[in-house]
Amino acid sequence: MSTPYAKLPAWADYGLIPLINLSVAFIVAGFVVMLVGENPFRAAVILVEGAFGKGTGIAFTLFYATTFIFTGLSVAVAAHCSLFNIGTEGQAYIGGLGIALVCLSLDSVMPWWVIFPIAIVAAATFGALWGLIPAYLQAKRGSHIVITTIMFNFIAASVMVYLLVGPLKPAGSQAPQTRNFLAGAELPKLNWIIELFGAKIRSAPLNICFLLALVMAFLVWLLIWRTRLGYEMRTYGHSPKAARYAGISETRIIITAMMISGALAGMMALNPVMGDQHNVAIDFVSGAGYVGIAVALMGRLHPVGIVLAAILFGMLYQGGAELAFEMPAISRDMIVIIQGLVILFAGALEHMFRPYIQALFASVSPKSVGMQAVNGKGA
Amino acid sequence: MDMFNAIVQVLDSTIRLSVPLLLACLAGLYSERAGIFDIGLEGKMLVGAFAGASAAAVFHSALIGLGTAVLISVAFALVHGFASITHRGNQIVSGVAINFIAAGSTIILGQAWFQQGGRTPALQPGERFEAITWPGADAIKDVPIIGPIYAELISGHSILVYFAFAMVPFTWWVLFRTRFGLRMRAVGENPAAVDTAGISVAWLRYRALICTGILTGVAGAYLSMVQNGGFVKDMTAGKGYIALAALIFAKWKPVNAMFACLLFGFLDAAAIRLQGSPLPIIGKVPVQFMQALPYVLTVILLAGFIGKAIPPRAGGVPYVKER
Amino acid sequence: MAQAAIELIGINKSFGAVRANRDINLEVARGTIHGIVGENGAGKSTLMSILYGFYQADSGEIRVDGKPVSIHTSNDAIALGIGMVHQHFMLVDNFTVLENVILGAENDALLKSSIAKARSELDRLEREYGLEVEPDAVIEELAVGLQQRVEILKALYRGAEILILDEPTGVLTPAEADHLFRILKQLKDQGKTIVLITHKLREIMAITDTVSVMRQGTMVATRVTKETTVGELAELMVGRRVLLRVEKGESEAGAVKLSVKNLTVKDSRGVTMVDNVSFDVRGGEIVGIAGVAGNGQSELLEAISGIRHAVSGEVMLDGKPIDLTGKADPGELRDRGLAHVPEDRHHVGLVLAFEENENSILGYHDDERYLKGPFLDIEAIMADAKDKIEKYDIRPGNPRLKTANFSGGNQQKIVLAREMEQDPGVLIVGQPTRGVDVGAIEFIHKRLIAMRDQGKAVLVVSVELDEIRSLSDRILVMFAGRVVGERGPDATEGELGLLMAGVEHQEAAE
Repeated sequence: MSTPYAKLPAWADYGLIPLINLSVAFIVAGFVVMLVGENPFRAAVILVEGAFGKGTGIAFTLFYATTFIFTGLSVAVAAHCSLFNIGTEGQAYIGGLGIALVCLSLDSVMPWWVIFPIAIVAAATFGALWGLIPAYLQAKRGSHIVITTIMFNFIAASVMVYLLVGPLKPAGSQAPQTRNFLAGAELPKLNWIIELFGAKIRSAPLNICFLLALVMAFLVWLLIWRTRLGYEMRTYGHSPKAARYAGISETRIIITAMMISGALAGMMALNPVMGDQHNVAIDFVSGAGYVGIAVALMGRLHPVGIVLAAILFGMLYQGGAELAFEMPAISRDMIVIIQGLVILFAGALEHMFRPYIQALFASVSPKSVGMQAVNGKGA
Repeated sequence: MDMFNAIVQVLDSTIRLSVPLLLACLAGLYSERAGIFDIGLEGKMLVGAFAGASAAAVFHSALIGLGTAVLISVAFALVHGFASITHRGNQIVSGVAINFIAAGSTIILGQAWFQQGGRTPALQPGERFEAITWPGADAIKDVPIIGPIYAELISGHSILVYFAFAMVPFTWWVLFRTRFGLRMRAVGENPAAVDTAGISVAWLRYRALICTGILTGVAGAYLSMVQNGGFVKDMTAGKGYIALAALIFAKWKPVNAMFACLLFGFLDAAAIRLQGSPLPIIGKVPVQFMQALPYVLTVILLAGFIGKAIPPRAGGVPYVKER
Repeated sequence: MAQAAIELIGINKSFGAVRANRDINLEVARGTIHGIVGENGAGKSTLMSILYGFYQADSGEIRVDGKPVSIHTSNDAIALGIGMVHQHFMLVDNFTVLENVILGAENDALLKSSIAKARSELDRLEREYGLEVEPDAVIEELAVGLQQRVEILKALYRGAEILILDEPTGVLTPAEADHLFRILKQLKDQGKTIVLITHKLREIMAITDTVSVMRQGTMVATRVTKETTVGELAELMVGRRVLLRVEKGESEAGAVKLSVKNLTVKDSRGVTMVDNVSFDVRGGEIVGIAGVAGNGQSELLEAISGIRHAVSGEVMLDGKPIDLTGKADPGELRDRGLAHVPEDRHHVGLVLAFEENENSILGYHDDERYLKGPFLDIEAIMADAKDKIEKYDIRPGNPRLKTANFSGGNQQKIVLAREMEQDPGVLIVGQPTRGVDVGAIEFIHKRLIAMRDQGKAVLVVSVELDEIRSLSDRILVMFAGRVVGERGPDATEGELGLLMAGVEHQEAAE
């Protein structure tokens, strides 16, 4: 059923409304800051300065953004096929396992530029396979994918904990993580790009994965809007019956979409594992999969929006770290609240302000608000 | 006799561990039966736990703690309602949001108010719910078989434990013997039928969500004021999701819910008990396997290999009057 | 004239820019059956929903028994003794009859006394009106006619004196419809007032005392049924003489293109929907399938187009069999020259959220013309869409516009353009003009006849008897899943009506 809402100009739909939703999320977050006795405006200044004030800050911001681009794209690809993949978290975690296996076995014999492509394939494959099972169960047995992917996040966590405190842990070590990779499995940094602009960088983990993320964003755009497969995914996403009519196999499209989604999730692990930590540790994903939901919603499922939203969240993570340093009452968990508020206002409440905006537009310039024609359905 | 005592101990901790699951599971039952998916059980439990322990510590009263836990948890349930009922937002998205807001705000506020790294002050006697010893429990404790069962399993729990188990028949009664229950089941199946019968769909669903909030609040209070002497960050540790799994496992029925939660509680208790020690025949079972088992079982159930779980038909779909 | 039970004065209602009701005046006398007729979208259901409190009028006054009332919710309507039987039943499928009857009309907070009271009330209503139904049966296990009876019981249980029925016979078999009419007459005799919304003129003539005609949101006339004719009402409904027949020449039937043999289809509950059906469609002819909705036509179309699993039988397309396991690839059937305009264009034939051009390739999106390797050839798709817009006069002529923003008739043209322009050998069309404005109907009919004249085999399924008679070279009538008769294009309405009602079929079986 189409909503009886009047149409808004595209810029209002894709720019103004998300901006208003985002602002409201930040205003509410501001109240939380006040509640703990700090000045929200000063907090905002510290946050932005921490994220963009110095070269190192920018590099960190982009490093975090890289992770979120992957998970945001992962959520978005599934969403275009009307699949709510809450399993990005677990798929990324298992993707890390694939990377660990590649790096641990090859890092002493090969250079990074050989290992990297292999690791990409491994991460994507492991992530895709972890998405495959819920997809299969949805397609063949009708099991609700939201619930199965949640379950698979917990199962993934158990599997990884088991491996990281057992088989993958080097003998004699106490920490639940793999051994550190050798130089062959360390990805080159990209900090020099920021230094080109005259900024100084002490040490920051921004690495080549950022470029990979941008490439993937472009490929996802191409997939969704320019390929037959994307067309089929969107058809199924809007109307499974129309997809059946058009000869699109439900099983094939669900499984394909979820595997692509899982692959993107798995590739997220490259960034922290090979680009920064150089090992696989317990809980290295630390919620990035869930951030992907916020990023995808914020970016309205479009790769350009997702890259921008990912940078915004990267800024929050980096700026949030600075904030925690400057204002002891505020820890990085503030970001978790903001994330929740963004999901609430940009996602669940996305239409809350729309009627007001429409009324405003209608009163300012009635012409800009074309009314939707009704369907031929009996009134 | 050692074997028997060990079993009693495992069963005793099974009860203790199932209580928060059971409360959260019944909480979810109210909202899902009314047609609102709620993956925000985890978050509501967490704010309940935090609010309960904080208020109990500040006002030196367990009851005030419990009341606050319920109040705050209901408030979060109403936010879910505002998004998913009033504004017809995506229920999954709203649930995810609530879990995040809960996770972040409990830590931030806890740190700001108590400066103990996100913990609340350790609760003193009187600020937490104490175990109730049933009459004669001490006297017959040493009687073989019956003694330990009475003294350990039946007696010696806090009031919230008994409350949780009492909620099972009560919820059944509400669902199938009261007007509210009839309407709630109807609105989860076909809200249009409820609307045309002259009943407000929104108000009905809000009331169901208030029930959800009350029970998640009690579940949270149990975690921080009974099981633990205070709030620790992220202390729900996925229990809200296990409760959700149990709800599916129970096919949205109250009595089944109790058995599902006892089963999942037992798996947890057994995992703790067995920690590292080998089982007969099977040998050593990794703790992680036992921890993952509830999720694996739920997936198997969802896959339809052991019966079919059919959710309320209107679940997850915002109600819009058809034009 | 008896006192008015209902008076509506100057009712207006808009949805966005659409005025569903304008300045409606209506008076219904107590103890009568009043019909409201009009085409789909004329505003009948909206008007009745306002009376039932489901929507609020923007302006106007409602009087019940001469007293001005304000009806804000269904509760207000129920309290005033107004009951409604909706087109789509408002029943909870997994509840029992009793539970459905008491829902919203419970005595108190506990169910026990309500259930006891409802049980005795149902007993009384059964005796008084012959409304027999098992109180403890679960709704989803009841036949449609019985489910409707539960809806009527619900209204009566709430003390309805005024009963509104919205398209009550759309889902009924002729026998069930007859039974319903007997019940309605009985209710009238007991002093109840009945408002019957329908677009079937025959029902109006058969059962109502007075009738009002709606067109495009306005009330155009009210007549005493005895003093009017079907022709007059039809003219009032559409505003000009109905074009009953599109000009067409003799058919030159050629070789058999589509052949259905002993086809049997069951639904998910195992109920036989299509029962041993056989027929052929030749090139150059239009075969029309007439029948009351729900007699297996939809399932037949779905089985032929490979979407639905058939239990037994075979379907040959150009002499080669179609996979009837329900796993057929509709894409492959398209390649073999089978085009399908589905009944439900909103959810099946179109993706409403897509742009027009995207819908113009739905189902043919894997055609080389629209692809460059794995990529969509956007330029080719746009050019193609513009071409179809011009040929089929689709308005507005913007291929980038969202499909939801086109009117019903133009949406149907998008589907027809897509399917016809593929130059198929066989075209199957479900409900070609459902929810389509009058102007577009003529256009669509002419197009279908043009397809026939090009030598295509055309199979049309429609519940509109006029449409079937106007288009078809041969008419098959379906009843209860079977083809119960075949007639030529000159068959009379009465003759077909009897077949559709299953009369001859039942006699033959006995």
